[in-house]
Amino acid sequence: MCGIVGLFFKRGEATQDLGPLLAGMLSQMSERGPDSTGFALYGDAAPQGAFKTTLHAPDAEYDWAALEAELGTAFPVPRPARRYGSHAVFTLAANQEQLFAWIARHRPEIGTFGFGERIEVFKDVGLPDEVAERFDLTHRSGTHALGHTRMATESAVTTEHSHPFSTGPDLCLVHNGSLSNHNRLRQSLRRQGIQFSTDNDTEVASGYLTWRLRQGIGLTEALEAALADLDGFYTFAVGTKDGFAILRDPIACKPAVLAETKDWVAIATEYRAIATLPDAATAEIWEPHPATVYSWRRQ
Amino acid sequence: MIEIDLARSSVRGLNERLHRLAPGTNEHYWRVLNPNGAHAIAVGITEPIHVEIKGHVGYYCAGMNAAATIVVDGHAGTGLAENIMNGLVRVNGNASQSAAASGRGGLVVVQGDASARCGISMKGVSIVVGGSAGHMSAFMGQAGTLVVCGDAGHDLGDSIYEAEIYVAGSVASLGADCVEKEMTQADIQRVAALLDRAAIATKATCFRHYGSARRLYNFHIDHAAEY
Repeated sequence: MCGIVGLFFKRGEATQDLGPLLAGMLSQMSERGPDSTGFALYGDAAPQGAFKTTLHAPDAEYDWAALEAELGTAFPVPRPARRYGSHAVFTLAANQEQLFAWIARHRPEIGTFGFGERIEVFKDVGLPDEVAERFDLTHRSGTHALGHTRMATESAVTTEHSHPFSTGPDLCLVHNGSLSNHNRLRQSLRRQGIQFSTDNDTEVASGYLTWRLRQGIGLTEALEAALADLDGFYTFAVGTKDGFAILRDPIACKPAVLAETKDWVAIATEYRAIATLPDAATAEIWEPHPATVYSWRRQ
Repeated sequence: MIEIDLARSSVRGLNERLHRLAPGTNEHYWRVLNPNGAHAIAVGITEPIHVEIKGHVGYYCAGMNAAATIVVDGHAGTGLAENIMNGLVRVNGNASQSAAASGRGGLVVVQGDASARCGISMKGVSIVVGGSAGHMSAFMGQAGTLVVCGDAGHDLGDSIYEAEIYVAGSVASLGADCVEKEMTQADIQRVAALLDRAAIATKATCFRHYGSARRLYNFHIDHAAEY
């Protein structure tokens, strides 16, 4: 099972509507994925030269203030960290490689869930309504967001195994389905320098896209290459800094519905998630074709 | 007219009321409001009533229908009219995958497009798709008729037993053991009658006929030594 939702406003500034609308969509996908819930929000941009990173602490009593002070000695911190339960969003003048290397050396217990100018990634074990509450989703703004409810089939139910998975700066992936060649592919991607923190199949798809994008090709081309290299069932939704993309496997094993109005585009595993949106009744609604990349960019 | 608003009452409550209808009921006309993609709306109806659903429905709408006329004024999710036994199910929009799956009788009309595996394992149902049908439609069809007024996707009629398929547009590819057959006068009459019942205005003469080559499931005496 699993449920995917995504909402993308085509133009304009970050809107306060995003968080509550995404929470409503996620809630509709509870039965499809009661194990864990996650979402990626594209909110306000980091100041010029800085990036946002979403970090995850293994315990609720984690001393974020100490970490912030320590990070401040290594990198400029133009904006204070914002804490949301077990997660915190740091804004630092450091590139991804420098920052992740620093964390791996000094704070290996910390998970790095997202990195980029605008992306913030939150995920945890639990039902959508609980997880949305934990991360204050209904008070969060942004221009677009992807969410996922997980019914685990091939690896453990933990925060780390939850979706979305980050595929690179401002990029993330959510997946409904399962991959059958992920073990072999993980081995070969490791040899290419891609790092993995779980035994999850979706993380391999995420790593695969990271590897392809590093080669300098575009997201659409990377997803088209995935059609040949990933074996299994999937509906993928990929978030980018200013858009998102959808791909279903060649036999369209896993469901997906797209809806579009003049203001927004939405994806969901089932229409009932889209039905919660304003203007859903008058939206153009269709099912994405198999093996076809759909993508949108903000105007 | 009995009106049920699913924004205020449950699908289970609706279905229970529909299942309690006795033969000869005078509660003939039902209207369902605010389906909002809910699953299993109006399933298992045994009386010849009329149900109109105003909006998009989720999975398995009108499943196991035995006698009712059910009209969805919107799109339908996966498994529309699954295992339909008789009656009429009409969708004014598009239907997602596996529409009329394993249907044994009755008529399913999709005014727009039907997605993948339309009529999978059909066992006697008649299906008319006003638009196009997705890949692997009529997969393992055993009996019944699939009429597609638009195009058909890849692997049409894969591993088909005995169902009849008629397509007016292009066929991306035929599945294993599915072949084109002669479009006889009897075929034209059959398609015309179904289009008439479906109230879809397309000329029956512009369809091509596909069906089973019967090489896949028949025992060939020539191969006896191989077993």
